Amino acid sequence: MALSEQDILAGLAEIVAEETGIDAGDVQLDKSFTDDLDIDSLSMMTIVTLAEEKFDVRIPDEEVKNLVTVGDAVSYIAKAQA
Amino acid sequence: MAVVVTGLGATTPLGGDVRSTWEAALAGRSGVRTLENDWAERYGIPVSFAGQIAVSPEEVLKRPEIKRMDPSAQFAIIATREAWADAGSPEVDPERLGTVVSSGIGGVWTLLTAWDTVKERGAERVLPLTVPMLMPNSPTAYVELELGAKAGAHAPVSACASGAEAIGMAFEMIESGRADVVVAGGTEAAIHPLPISAFAAMQALSKRNDDPAGASRPYDTTRDGFVLGEGAGIVVLESEEHARARGAKIYARLTGLGLTSDAHHIAAPDPEGAGQQRAMRIAIERAGLTANDIVHVNAHATSTPAGDMVEARGIRSVMGAHADNVLLSATKSMTGHLLGGAGALESVFTILALHERTAPPTINVNSPDPELQVDLVRDTPRALPASGDLAAINNAFGFGGHNAALLFTTV
Repeated sequence: MALSEQDILAGLAEIVAEETGIDAGDVQLDKSFTDDLDIDSLSMMTIVTLAEEKFDVRIPDEEVKNLVTVGDAVSYIAKAQA
Repeated sequence: MAVVVTGLGATTPLGGDVRSTWEAALAGRSGVRTLENDWAERYGIPVSFAGQIAVSPEEVLKRPEIKRMDPSAQFAIIATREAWADAGSPEVDPERLGTVVSSGIGGVWTLLTAWDTVKERGAERVLPLTVPMLMPNSPTAYVELELGAKAGAHAPVSACASGAEAIGMAFEMIESGRADVVVAGGTEAAIHPLPISAFAAMQALSKRNDDPAGASRPYDTTRDGFVLGEGAGIVVLESEEHARARGAKIYARLTGLGLTSDAHHIAAPDPEGAGQQRAMRIAIERAGLTANDIVHVNAHATSTPAGDMVEARGIRSVMGAHADNVLLSATKSMTGHLLGGAGALESVFTILALHERTAPPTINVNSPDPELQVDLVRDTPRALPASGDLAAINNAFGFGGHNAALLFTTV
């Protein structure tokens, strides 16, 4: 069963917090991974790899550059799940 | 340029810091235990014990630090934070601050876990930080990042001599004027089924499964191999001028370094121990001392049938009759063998022995090898001379015929 966007956000926030130490509460839809959360490209790739596994989706490498905000990632995962 | 030691850090099978480790060593406690896992049974490994770290990094580091660093780097960072705080967290020009932190084996947990991932779940599941975690220079790089050190970050690799060579390289960085302060040492996290299987395959490990705490017994006639340990030892080395200018507490001086190679065999020591003896002689000469000045040796002594006596005979040969007065300690009897961490942790022990004028004990020696002609400190610590300048040597040797001798003196 596909998860709600809220569940995806919560799951993604958990991964970000675990990998970077950023408070899960700061991982909000309108936050930019690089500008707001200061996540470097290697950490981003790690988060993507873990998210693929957690949500059982495929996020191609060329898509990752389009995932600017947390909301972009949540929408992508939601669509990929459907 | 005189080089002094101004900070110490460690995380070991005996304790999560220097103080707890040293107190356990003086009390003659063993950090070796039966492993709480099914590796021996599941994989048919003939050894079921090791010297595992006393305090898990999970209790000390933040979650993202655990995720980003191989255990070998985690141990190094824990020991570095302690050593740096112990040195008074000095203000140093970043371009005059260096790091030399070695591992004998590298990020073996990261490497092999990632290989499991490839086999079981495919290449796409391999995490992007795998390479920076498994590379053997990862610990020195994380220490470099932690401290903002820009004078150079190095990681000489020479198996079980790595930690001592790292301290030697740091010494030369300061002596040659490349740096004022260098954080140096060694780390290892190789208690994994593969290294245990591989060391067991070369008959290097003790198989005393029914008595883990008694298994590491350097110089005992019943010694049957080394015990794998893990952890890290870190020292802050500093030019004496820099240390004095900031009023730093000084533990000891590092005045001698001898590095040689055997060119004999890829794993076995030269039975004559010529390279080991030469390393000790060079260290003594470089320090401007004579063998008669040495009061204490922290031996490499891993508890293998061949290795222990090659070194012991070498000490006798270098010191002559004076060896009767040299207090010999084999602290691997308590910690197990930290491989690339060994020479560093044992340097910490040697420095503390001088600083507190107390040689730590060697445990588990019930029947000393009859050939041993050095004054072995057994079971309880022994006092070094209460006054006067003292000098002590820490030996570390590694597969490949690497020999390192570091000579420390009181200040």
